[in-house]
Amino acid sequence: MAVRGLVCRECGQRFPAEAIFVCESCFGPLEVEYDLDGVRGEALRERIAGGPGSIWRYQDLLPVPRVPEWDLSPGFTPLVRAHRLGDALGLPNLYLKNDTRNPTWSFKDRVVAVALAAGKRFGFTVFSCASTGNLANAVAAHAAKAGLRAVVFIPKGLERAKVITTAVYRPTVVEVEGTYDDVNRLCLEIADEHRWAIANVNLRPYYSEGAKTLAFEVAEQLGWRAPDRVVVPVGSGNMFVKIHKGFEEFERLGVIPRQTVRMTAAQAEGCGPIATAYKAKTDKVLPVRPNTIAKSLAIGAPADGAYVLDLARSTGGAVESVTDGEVVDAVRLLAQTEGLFTEPAGGVTIGVLRKLAASGAIGPDEVTVAYITGIGLKALEAVEEVVEPSVTIKPTLASFEERVLALAGG
Amino acid sequence: MAVTVRIPTPLRRITNGERVVTVSGRDLAQALIDLDRRFPGIRAKILDDRGEVLQFVNIFVNEQDVRFLAGLQTPLEDGAEVSIVPAMAGGAQA
Ligand SMILES: Cc1ncc(COP(=O)(O)O)c(C=O)c1O
Ligand SMILES: [Zn+2]
Repeated sequence: MAVRGLVCRECGQRFPAEAIFVCESCFGPLEVEYDLDGVRGEALRERIAGGPGSIWRYQDLLPVPRVPEWDLSPGFTPLVRAHRLGDALGLPNLYLKNDTRNPTWSFKDRVVAVALAAGKRFGFTVFSCASTGNLANAVAAHAAKAGLRAVVFIPKGLERAKVITTAVYRPTVVEVEGTYDDVNRLCLEIADEHRWAIANVNLRPYYSEGAKTLAFEVAEQLGWRAPDRVVVPVGSGNMFVKIHKGFEEFERLGVIPRQTVRMTAAQAEGCGPIATAYKAKTDKVLPVRPNTIAKSLAIGAPADGAYVLDLARSTGGAVESVTDGEVVDAVRLLAQTEGLFTEPAGGVTIGVLRKLAASGAIGPDEVTVAYITGIGLKALEAVEEVVEPSVTIKPTLASFEERVLALAGG
Repeated sequence: MAVTVRIPTPLRRITNGERVVTVSGRDLAQALIDLDRRFPGIRAKILDDRGEVLQFVNIFVNEQDVRFLAGLQTPLEDGAEVSIVPAMAGGAQA
């Protein structure tokens, strides 16, 4: 948490830790730089283990301190051994990081909690974001808890529940006629003209750090070691890049032993610009116009696309995509085998996991962690037409025996 | 063709604080040349040595990403709005 300042990832120029996000010289992304001199792995492990049951147990490696009155306590979600899904896929060492268990039921609470604490430091009063749905949810809830005004921007046409579960916290919800990429450009322009805290724009260096906790927790939950492979759903690619950074920081500080984690990115075929570049063996990610039921991943021009490609290649991972049909099948498979109901983003993850396991790209011995980052309840549309209809009976034993018993295999 | 160019914060030092600048050009490439004539050095912040748009810069014409149009050859109608926007990556390998 001892922050030195911000540093440009591309040219190395340093800036004070303010609400800025691009380098003035080269437009490169700014990153938080910590003063970690003298931090020792063992002592850090102890401090973490004694910390709160939330992302704030990793406060030493986050850019801002926890604000107790504003804390919705995100993170420290279960890491589940997936026996039945592992059996189905031939992966005996499969784990699921169940990040649906967050205050607003997605991993976005992690990044937003950090952004909000940074926003407080900078004295902002309006809290905003450009969102594919879940981020808006998290921003609205956190702003409510902090007593700040929230104005959230989403593309028109999101799932009904995602809009309602955001609106209930009483932000101003702004539906933009366009795609997420339009929303994102608009928010970049707004950030240039108005002093608003836009979580994933001018607070991005801080916001993005929150996603490292997805790696920290997995390493801690595995008994202070990294997995062999992670499978991560990718929209902008921020979470993917920061999960890698999280493992890397733990290794560098001696919190866990050194090991290469095969970084595996999952995209929907209807919005797979990084998967396309990966397969074409180029390093240029060309933007696409999204068309997929995985709306939370529908980002046609992913900000971190080039970094995702780079990491997938350099770690021996992969970038793979699945069709909407495969996404829906995977959502149901996960529900039926593990009792976990994810939104389509998780279907993308499990669909890709399944595809790579079937092709042998993921070896059966690998300790693999699949990140389930959002809950199914917010996207009922994805499955409402494919789940089995209920059976209706009269309240009599005869009706039960006639219509139900056989179905239960009894 | 007179077109407007929206200047993002990191480049406003070069434009003496001006946020929106009117330039002329029949396509995006020409408009950027005219912009550079008025504010020398600004083009080098947007394009690389080979004249391609830098990795961390996105350019929009009338709200359309020019990568979906004709890139720097995108024609500009009179009154077109050009927006220069940071591509905004946020990751690192430490
Ligand atoms: C549930 C869910 N999973 C994954 C993502 C992708 O995250 P990122 O944009 O950091 O790649 C998002 C958000 O965009 C999301 O809402
Ligand atoms: Zn730079």
